[in-house]
Amino acid sequence: MSIVKVYSTPTCPYCIRLKEYLKQHNVVFENIDVSFDQKGLQEMIDASGQMGVPVVKIDSDIIIGFDQERIDEKLGL
Amino acid sequence: MFDLVIIGGGPAGVTAAIYAARKRIDFIMVTQDIGGQTAWSADVENYTGYQFITGAELVKKFEEHLKQFSVKLRENEDVVRIKKTTLGFLTETKKSTFESYSVLIASGRRPRLLNVPGEEAFKNRGVTYCATCDGPVFANKIVAVIGGGNSALDATLQLVNIAEKIYLVNVAPELTADAVMCQKAQSSQKVEILNKAVVKEIYGKQFVEGIKLDVDGVFRDMSLKGVFIEIGSTPNSDIIDFVVKDANGEIVVDQSNRTSALGIFAAGDVTNIPEKQIVVAAGEGAKAVLGIFRYLTTRS
Repeated sequence: MSIVKVYSTPTCPYCIRLKEYLKQHNVVFENIDVSFDQKGLQEMIDASGQMGVPVVKIDSDIIIGFDQERIDEKLGL
Repeated sequence: MFDLVIIGGGPAGVTAAIYAARKRIDFIMVTQDIGGQTAWSADVENYTGYQFITGAELVKKFEEHLKQFSVKLRENEDVVRIKKTTLGFLTETKKSTFESYSVLIASGRRPRLLNVPGEEAFKNRGVTYCATCDGPVFANKIVAVIGGGNSALDATLQLVNIAEKIYLVNVAPELTADAVMCQKAQSSQKVEILNKAVVKEIYGKQFVEGIKLDVDGVFRDMSLKGVFIEIGSTPNSDIIDFVVKDANGEIVVDQSNRTSALGIFAAGDVTNIPEKQIVVAAGEGAKAVLGIFRYLTTRS
């Protein structure tokens, strides 16, 4: 099973939609709230090369934004 | 061939879909997302029935109401063009096409760009258009908010609790936002208001490192990490080129939401109807579909 990490803030609409989407498909993920987790924020910036949320890490792949097609492809949804 | 294609999933589009479903119109809804600009609103305190609700929660309510009906819904699809056909219209997205006898354009608005060097290059690298989403990323950093209206002040007041310092860069001689918000910003020690200030450039390496300004004829170079652009919005009306639009690009509609092209209707913030409000857009969506129902049943 893939290891899925979501970097998000509590208030961004695409973060909310992304997390709901993963839950609907019974995908287990770790949510990193970058609004207070400074280490997590830096990890996200280093991995994605940008500061916009959400960012999804699926194993070693980084997906910026709620890109449903790429998420489906990586997770076989 | 559908009777109707509804473009957009904000308050106008969702309300239109609910009315269309109840009228048993054969339609499909094509949209990037459900909620539109409402999803980006932090707090909503003027939608009838809710004394207070967040934008995200209101969108959830919209979605639940919409999905009560078995609506044909295409999400995550951007409409690129509407064309005329022999029988009606063809709505094209990047992935598919939908033919219909009528179209309701409820495609809303998007943030207006500043159009200065560095804006595009540093998008999501310090430049952002959504304080609600990205504000928390700039904890204890120096940032600038560009604008002087309600959305700029709203962003500034959200950032007061997060950032170390906020430069409010306003092109006009005075702020144009509601007095209550201006007073709050003026009384905050974290906020420095720069009037008659024009952004010349956003610069940096991998991320934003500063902005260059002309403040009433004086050049200033400010070192900072975040630039929040809040200078209003522009209608998503470029998907159609055969209806009349006003000087701002808003689609001109009559009191029944008819455009200049027979069979094309429009509702919500993409139109020239005054007052861009969630409750107004919802009402316009309802009104449009009732008009479309009459159009479809009387069409020769």
